[in-house]
Amino acid sequence: MENKQPLGGRLLTGPFVFLLALFLAGVYVAARRFLFGLGAVTNMNDGYPWGIWIALDVVVGTAFACGGYVMALLTYAFNKMEYHPLVRPALLTSLFGYSLAGVSVILDIGRYWHAYNIILPWHSNLHSVMFEVAVCIGAYVLVLWIEFAPTVLEKLKAERLLKKLNRLLFIFIALGILLPTMHQSSLGTMMLMAGYKLSPLWRTAFLPLLFLLTALIIGFAVVIYESLFSSLVYDQPLETPGLSKLAVVIVWCLMLFMVIRIEDVNLRGYLPLAFNGSLTSDMFLLENTLLLAGLLLLVYPANRKSPRLLFLAATCLLLGGGLYRFDTYVTGFDPGNGWHYFPSAGEIIVTLGIVALELLAYIWCLKRLPVFGGRVLAAGLQD
Amino acid sequence: MTTDDFKGIKARLGDISRRDFMRYCSIMAGALGLSTGLAPRIAQAIADPKRRPPVIWLHGQECTGCTETLLRPSHPSLDSLILDIISLDYHETLCAGAGQQAEASLAQSMRENAGKYVLIIEGAIPVKDNGIYCKIGGKTFLSLVEEVAAQAGAIIAIGSCAAWGGIPSAHPNPTGATSAPEVLKGKTVVTLPGCPPNPYNLLSTVVHVLSFGKLPKLDSLGRPTFAYGRLIHENCERRPHFDAGRFAEKFGDEGHRLGYCLYKLGCKGPVTHANCPEIQFNDLGGGTWPVGTGHPCFGCAEKGVGFTIPMFTQVEVLSPTPFARQAPIIPERPVPVSPITAALAGGALGLAIGASAVALRKLKDSPDDPDHPVKED
Repeated sequence: MENKQPLGGRLLTGPFVFLLALFLAGVYVAARRFLFGLGAVTNMNDGYPWGIWIALDVVVGTAFACGGYVMALLTYAFNKMEYHPLVRPALLTSLFGYSLAGVSVILDIGRYWHAYNIILPWHSNLHSVMFEVAVCIGAYVLVLWIEFAPTVLEKLKAERLLKKLNRLLFIFIALGILLPTMHQSSLGTMMLMAGYKLSPLWRTAFLPLLFLLTALIIGFAVVIYESLFSSLVYDQPLETPGLSKLAVVIVWCLMLFMVIRIEDVNLRGYLPLAFNGSLTSDMFLLENTLLLAGLLLLVYPANRKSPRLLFLAATCLLLGGGLYRFDTYVTGFDPGNGWHYFPSAGEIIVTLGIVALELLAYIWCLKRLPVFGGRVLAAGLQD
Repeated sequence: MTTDDFKGIKARLGDISRRDFMRYCSIMAGALGLSTGLAPRIAQAIADPKRRPPVIWLHGQECTGCTETLLRPSHPSLDSLILDIISLDYHETLCAGAGQQAEASLAQSMRENAGKYVLIIEGAIPVKDNGIYCKIGGKTFLSLVEEVAAQAGAIIAIGSCAAWGGIPSAHPNPTGATSAPEVLKGKTVVTLPGCPPNPYNLLSTVVHVLSFGKLPKLDSLGRPTFAYGRLIHENCERRPHFDAGRFAEKFGDEGHRLGYCLYKLGCKGPVTHANCPEIQFNDLGGGTWPVGTGHPCFGCAEKGVGFTIPMFTQVEVLSPTPFARQAPIIPERPVPVSPITAALAGGALGLAIGASAVALRKLKDSPDDPDHPVKED
């Protein structure tokens, strides 16, 4: 076990206050949504019954929160214990990402006061993909909290409870690997139901597999991004050697993804659609260019040793992978009948508020809970 | 209505659930154009056996189609309800007895229920030569109608023959066939024209009388407005084709096969008042009425139209334009992007990319960076 300690330091920094303001603005809009309904706040309509609260906060958001999933997969399932220092920070982002995706779903559903029915087994609709996703995500949020509990228990010095939990933790770690595998692919399955409303550039029977692969790719990319970014901000030593090994896994996943993604569109004969100059074709080119750029950066072993190129590649993959998921849900989706969708100010503010809350909670945990492993530089604690 | 109240109904009607019964009453309220909230009152009225009105049903110049249609509905237990809502004391087709026996029950019912019974007349009344062209039990139908109507509590003329003369009164009308309202001048006669009329219109009228103690609202021709207040054309399922100018030109042509408007084939829907398109026939749903099967309406329910204007002659359209402007099929929906939302979205994305760019600038290409030492494994 590594020696993990809180970073400590002052909480109320400039960025912290800015994020707090964003969060409070989000709370205000969310309150309006709960009091006056979806129509008062969002631009959702009969054609687009979901907006960025689902497409960004849930579909892209849970992919960004797959760090915990992929690190648990790598560390425990493939028994690569050398990655253990990266698990806790990754788990932490997963925890907030998933919990707040759940909050987003509550915001998004019209009659949110019926939401509790999802946990009543006699009201379950076992034929619904959405039910599977809801139960899976709900269960996973719970599992994440339990997986992360040792960190809190260490802080509280609850030794006996910690011992008991550590004995049972393997069950929850196993669940924490199984559940995202299920629902991350189901998020893709969901858009199979859109049928011809989804552009053929995205509509394929491979959607579940592609969504699972993007969960892995984005999950690893987010671990790299976050590790480098927070090391920089909090003056921690870089974890480059470990990260470049993660990059090897990304390369394999990404190659598989790109081959299926492009060849599937090509074999179905829809590749010309990517070059007709419409919004969907531009988005298709953009997302694939970003992913391809990430792949080309990471495929050379020398690049994987450079923190800067690692970071650039991770950024490309986060943008490209996120865009792939966003396009599948919003840009590539055309319900016909002249419907359009662009998020309203209220929707954007709520989404920003949720992101701000995630960052706030992450910062608080880094500074107050034993998340980061290894040496802590006493000099770097002032900010 | 409580479960206890319902026990009596179940005993009388046999196999019917309380839920089915209440649903039946709600449908009845709907057919009458009333709030379904009145269903409990209707249920109460039907449930009370003491209020079953005695009914005397007379047949004149007709084909018994009205009686047949009344027995047709396949709605569960509807026939048994008809026989239980009312006390059918005399009906020449349905009487168990015959001859003297049957006539005796007519006389008995009239004597016992004077001023209370409901008289339902089916068929036209021949008045030429003192009505000798239709006799029952030695009496002319004309005198029978006058005699029974004199002490009736309510009079209903069912079918086009009784309501306005129907087919017996068609030119040259050798028997002087006349409608019930014309014979019974000065009396209120509810008319339910149609050939055959929809059985639910009779049922609904009777239930209305039972539930509220009075006749439903009638128009100047004695037709209940809940059933005859609108033209067939107004509620026709093919009306959108009419408004869009899509017509079947010939039987069997493409438009006819595609279910276009039948106006040019001589449909009388634009001049005929009836609720056929709404409730249709025989409880089969989906298109079980003439226009639904691809034949133009021939106006059986309207005096001066059915059996008068030739079947395939076009009529003048009384209400050529739809009530309201139609909604466009693909409406204009502007892209809901405002400068504020665009700025917010752009700003958020810019912030994320900007932060990444700053980090990118700070990070070094080489793994050996004195400012940010690499952690040893």
